[in-house]
Amino acid sequence: MAVSEEVELAKQLQAGRLEAFDRFVEVFRNKVFRYSLAMCGQREDAEEVAQETLLKVFENFDQLRDPNAVRPWVLRIARNACYMMRRKSVFAPDAEISLDELLPSVRSDGDGIKLEIADWSGLPDAQAMNAELGERLHGALAELPENYRAVILLRDVEELSTQEAAEVLGVSEEVVRSRLHRARLAVRQKLDRRLRGTGGQGR
Amino acid sequence: MNVAECKEIFALLSQYLDAELPPDMCASVEAHLGDCPPCVEFVQTLEKTVGLCRKLKARQSPDPLPPAARAELLSAYGRMLARKGRV
Repeated sequence: MAVSEEVELAKQLQAGRLEAFDRFVEVFRNKVFRYSLAMCGQREDAEEVAQETLLKVFENFDQLRDPNAVRPWVLRIARNACYMMRRKSVFAPDAEISLDELLPSVRSDGDGIKLEIADWSGLPDAQAMNAELGERLHGALAELPENYRAVILLRDVEELSTQEAAEVLGVSEEVVRSRLHRARLAVRQKLDRRLRGTGGQGR
Repeated sequence: MNVAECKEIFALLSQYLDAELPPDMCASVEAHLGDCPPCVEFVQTLEKTVGLCRKLKARQSPDPLPPAARAELLSAYGRMLARKGRV
């Protein structure tokens, strides 16, 4: 789903054009559901968050000043709706991740110092992502502390800019950068461990 | 491979991949990578991780929108338009 279509739909709705309504609902209901399912973990909660979010979106559509910012605007409302659910993640509490824990171990052998990194060559690339790898990735995201999971979802899955993600979460861009880096490293580490656990065959 | 230097580079890798580093820092990351195959291997796995996240699809889809829920949204939209004075 391209940002440009979302922006076009938002402009049409701002102009009172009803024919954009159902498509807008379809696009953003799926998007908010995906984000809130990853944040709340329960599909009933995610359905409720999606409906609550869209209600607020339509009630306050005149407050969206810049239609180009429709995606971060909706996600900010969704983030608040998730927060209002007040149901803590079933997966992991808020916590800080230290950078040192995310680096590969260093080992020495006859040729000098090396990093412990699995053989990633068997892992399908992004274009060929299969269901098993998708499930593994969802699992890795679910294990992240909430404050890190939110950042990687907004930046890498929803493809917001650093500035947009900072506005959605109400934190500085510096915090977004730092959490994003740690979240990516943590997901990388989980994939790497899994690859080593299966002998690095990338099955 | 100089572990202390590798650690400094590690901290910058996401910004490096996102092309968000100032030119001088970007140049020092690239200088290090040019001379450190283990770090190159590490960057490649991080880049692949980011690429996979960008292609991640929803784990599940929401149920079809019930007609009552659609009506609720439509009436919220109508109220907003009425307030704006367009209807």
